[in-house]
Amino acid sequence: MTQTKKPRTPTRMVPAPSHGIIPERDLNSQPVLEARNLGIEFGGLHAVEDFNLIIGRTEIAGLIGPNGAGKTTVFNLLTKVYQPTMGTILLNGRDTAGMNTMQANKLGIARTFQNIRLFGNMSVEDNVRIGLHNQVRYGMFSGIFRLPAYYRGERQMHERALELLSIFDMQDLANHQAGSLPYGAQRRLEIVRALATNPSLLLLDEPAAGMNPHETEELMENIAKIRDKFHIAILLIEHDMNLVMGICEGICVLNYGRIIAKGTAEEIQNNPVVIEAYLGKKKEA
Amino acid sequence: MIQFLSYLVNGISLGSVYAIIALGYSMVYGIAKMLNFAHGDVIMVGAFMSFSATQYWGMSPMASVLISVVVCTLLGITIERLAYKPLRQATSLAVLITAIGMSYLLQNLALLIWGANPKSFSSVISIGTFSLFNGQLRITGETIVTVLANLVIMIALTLFTGKTKMGKAMRAVSEDRGAAELMGINVNATISMTFAIGSGLAAIAGVLLCSAYPVLMPTTGAMPGIKAFTAAVFGGIGSIPGALIGGILLGVIEILGKAYVSTELGDALVFAVLIIVLLVKPTGLLGKKVHEKV
Repeated sequence: MTQTKKPRTPTRMVPAPSHGIIPERDLNSQPVLEARNLGIEFGGLHAVEDFNLIIGRTEIAGLIGPNGAGKTTVFNLLTKVYQPTMGTILLNGRDTAGMNTMQANKLGIARTFQNIRLFGNMSVEDNVRIGLHNQVRYGMFSGIFRLPAYYRGERQMHERALELLSIFDMQDLANHQAGSLPYGAQRRLEIVRALATNPSLLLLDEPAAGMNPHETEELMENIAKIRDKFHIAILLIEHDMNLVMGICEGICVLNYGRIIAKGTAEEIQNNPVVIEAYLGKKKEA
Repeated sequence: MIQFLSYLVNGISLGSVYAIIALGYSMVYGIAKMLNFAHGDVIMVGAFMSFSATQYWGMSPMASVLISVVVCTLLGITIERLAYKPLRQATSLAVLITAIGMSYLLQNLALLIWGANPKSFSSVISIGTFSLFNGQLRITGETIVTVLANLVIMIALTLFTGKTKMGKAMRAVSEDRGAAELMGINVNATISMTFAIGSGLAAIAGVLLCSAYPVLMPTTGAMPGIKAFTAAVFGGIGSIPGALIGGILLGVIEILGKAYVSTELGDALVFAVLIIVLLVKPTGLLGKKVHEKV
């Protein structure tokens, strides 16, 4: 852990109005996400407990932890795949209690998956268009009878889809079948599809999994680029410490469903509790 | 030879009706991952609505078809809301039993409303019969309309699922319901829409079926329903062209079997074919291999 890179653009992290830290530049805008005492229990097992997190409007945040720590469970809670048994989630200031995943998505949260879940039988462009479903409106009636609204809507979707694909230089692949793309391209397409839903918080579940160092490097640049271009916050789960320490401003470490440390890359790297969670206790010399 | 052609035409006509019904099974299976065994009885309700509209309320045949499509569409949405939606998280067996229960419920409601006496359905199609080869081959107006309706429906549905955003949302839900929902697709609305389309088509199928075979009673829908389900499995359940090919092949096999093998064994032949197809190609003719995620 000590050999990993230092952050390329050190951000000053300051205490948020409630508890937690956010980048100094986001201090004056409402945090995109606030989780308070979030928890879920599966038949007596506390998969996640007492989870508090605050993410600034344009923050790139990281969620790390050993295998089975509950990171993906947190994502499932935030996207309402699971209903939390404890605590509150505020998304753009609004309580998401009782909402389903579709409503959470409309409130501005989108995600990718650890094991890619593209619509493999559909084309690359159609995958992005699914993400655009709620951005472009025309009724079923105009869809069936091909009224002008249909053509207008479909043209808008086409242009927007290509524009989004161009972030990753994938516009030439628009007509390929999504399932036949190489692994790295499928991961990038998942990000594009999630971005298409116009989120204010993008959750990336192990975006660099299976990528080589060169691709990871490229991905890091793209994640920063996406944040700057769309002015959104990004929360990512990742095992690649180069990526996490390289681009994440606030980092949250989870172990056995509980947060064991929060802070900047530097603070996390030097935190003895974190080192112990990853490497085990140091032998007494 | 002419005799054979005549059987073939009848087979294609009957098969077209099966294909339209099979679409309902196939689409619902593809999106809600359930077998809606009440689908056959929606056909019967559609035919009865059309019958009532013309016989009791004095409406024109075209208006009666419209009424029956509207009623069946609403019926389909209602069935889904009341019976299947509460079971979204339940085991597939529970849903299957509910569907069978719904099927009997519809049959018995029809028995209450319209009685057990078979009704004589008068065809809604007013096109006359065409004669070819000096009157040796006769093609009825019903046949022509049925085959045309089938083609129009297949093309329209293919365009709908391929070219509109609602159609694409349907395909997305059928591929990965969870991921679709996380992309902001309203899964419940999509499932409702699927039931609405399937049931509306069932009404058309019911009217076409009873125009060609005019005996109408509460159990009229059961057998064609089962056969159309067979057709959907035969062609590959979940696939639109599969429903078309499965339906037409099944209709042709049934009519030719009745003509050349044995009238009594016609239905048995249909199901024998299903068994053979399932043994040789379990996913049906056009079915895709399902990859289970681990």
